[in-house]
Amino acid sequence: MILETVSQRRDLLDRSHKVAMVGVSPNPTRPSYFVFSYLRTKGRFEIAPINPNVVEIDGVKAYSSLAVYAAERGAPDIVDVFRKPADAPPVAREAIAAGAKAIWFQYGVINDEAIRLADEAGLDVVVDRCMKVESARFDGGLSIGGLNSGLISSRRR
Amino acid sequence: MPDHVFGFRTRALHAGTPPDPATGARALPIYLTTSFVFDSTEHAAELFALRTYGNIYSRIGNPTVAAFEERMASLEGGLGAVAFGSGLAAQLATVLCVAQAGDHIVSTASLYGGTVTQFTVTLKRMGIDCTLVGGDDPSALRAAIRPNTKLVFAETIGNPLGNVADLETLAALAHEAGLPLVVDNTFATPALCRPFEWGADVITHSATKFIGGHGTVIAGVVVESGKFPWGAGKHPLLSQPSPGYHDMNFAETFGEYAFLMRARTEVLRDVGAALSPMNAFMLIQGIETLPLRMKAHVENARTIAQFLRGREEVAWINYAELEDSPYRTLAKKYLPDGASAVFTFGLRGGREAGRAFIEALELWSHLANVGDGKSLVIHPASTTHQQLSDEEMRQSGVSPDMVRLSVGLEDPSDLIWDLENGLRAARAAAPVADVRA
Repeated sequence: MILETVSQRRDLLDRSHKVAMVGVSPNPTRPSYFVFSYLRTKGRFEIAPINPNVVEIDGVKAYSSLAVYAAERGAPDIVDVFRKPADAPPVAREAIAAGAKAIWFQYGVINDEAIRLADEAGLDVVVDRCMKVESARFDGGLSIGGLNSGLISSRRR
Repeated sequence: MPDHVFGFRTRALHAGTPPDPATGARALPIYLTTSFVFDSTEHAAELFALRTYGNIYSRIGNPTVAAFEERMASLEGGLGAVAFGSGLAAQLATVLCVAQAGDHIVSTASLYGGTVTQFTVTLKRMGIDCTLVGGDDPSALRAAIRPNTKLVFAETIGNPLGNVADLETLAALAHEAGLPLVVDNTFATPALCRPFEWGADVITHSATKFIGGHGTVIAGVVVESGKFPWGAGKHPLLSQPSPGYHDMNFAETFGEYAFLMRARTEVLRDVGAALSPMNAFMLIQGIETLPLRMKAHVENARTIAQFLRGREEVAWINYAELEDSPYRTLAKKYLPDGASAVFTFGLRGGREAGRAFIEALELWSHLANVGDGKSLVIHPASTTHQQLSDEEMRQSGVSPDMVRLSVGLEDPSDLIWDLENGLRAARAAAPVADVRA
């Protein structure tokens, strides 16, 4: 199912733990590294880089492919994708094969075929959103930065 | 099922202020602290590298101030906001976020006097040129844009002329040139106009005025839409490596958040014009009633304008709520719920009549501010512009007979009672018949 609402994204993040990040860069000025570093230091998620060109990032073991990751760690809850749109369909196929419950396409990673493949295989799909921004929306990070979380609530969290 | 969309009045009360997670306090706590402890050295490193959200030092961010910022962002329909110690600081920061020495900005000429000085004197000393374009012809603005121009600026409702900006046309001509439209929305507030809906990219406010609403605190805020392509190459301060942050490229790293991140972490950090948490708390109290107050301000202002129109001591009124205003059509489009509650009128008898009028008033406060709950009045020719000759004054858009009103929330009959006394004194000082002759 394609998740389009704020509450659907909140529920997905709430029920997920294992996140495999495809294409994350070890370069500390790259956006993907920012997302990796944020999610790792929050401690909420068990993060793993999927990148054949690195052995580890900040001491976190990297895997050469989603298949290798799944063989050792089991199915990921979310596959977070930092690849160019044209490379998205093979990543979607690998995510399906690895038994992923959800696939998250970061800002600009928009590919209709990849979305359709994942959706038809029963994965939850998030498109053109940033996992760091969405996590920060719900954990108060955006609000502390003066950013519009869009959330209204009179319940204590 | 789509998520529920909350209305403006609800957001004016709730946006940015859920119950305090630490204590459950329902009102916004005032975090009156300069600094915040780090969880660990790693946490500190992540914060300083901007890789995680959190508080470091109240010059850069503070939870009480952040609540005000988020509420303003919500009401304007923006991506986020950065608060400053005053409206002029917010405006300067907006320029410094996108322009540096050797650059240029274009603005409409009908502006608050403090803005004119900031743009034409202070920015010029910093190496940023400004072209002010008079009149309402958009093609004149277009013609003023140069290759090194970085932004186009306008006030929703110009101070003190009361002209209404054609926001949609201005946004289109700015975007044609690859530039953002920056709109000062102080007079209208988001309760009456939301410039992002017409294509504006950045909104500035003097929150000192209607936003605070009670004449208590000086404050400013910058809100950004998140829709302008800062990385397209026209704004190297956002799209080139920044020596202030390990050569990080804001547009590449933060995407739609680039402007807001740079405005806070470089401009606010280095300029230092931070808003106090105490003042942010006062602003939050004010905003709770912003939609109700603006409605009442507009109602009173319409009543006062109609009263003045019927008086022979009054030569003219500049208020876009009046049917014969040249800005009535634009006001109907951009300000359907009212063209705010600040307007000017002319007294027959000029400078002398103006002085007598002001000195006879009992209820209207004679001071240099607008947007208070209390009604305010000023006669520029005998106060802020007194050193100028009549001719110099006209060149700056102020005529010797001009009186500016900021209509408050009192009983309109009391406001009219007071104005009647003032008009009587004005007539005595400069008899209408003589002046007409």
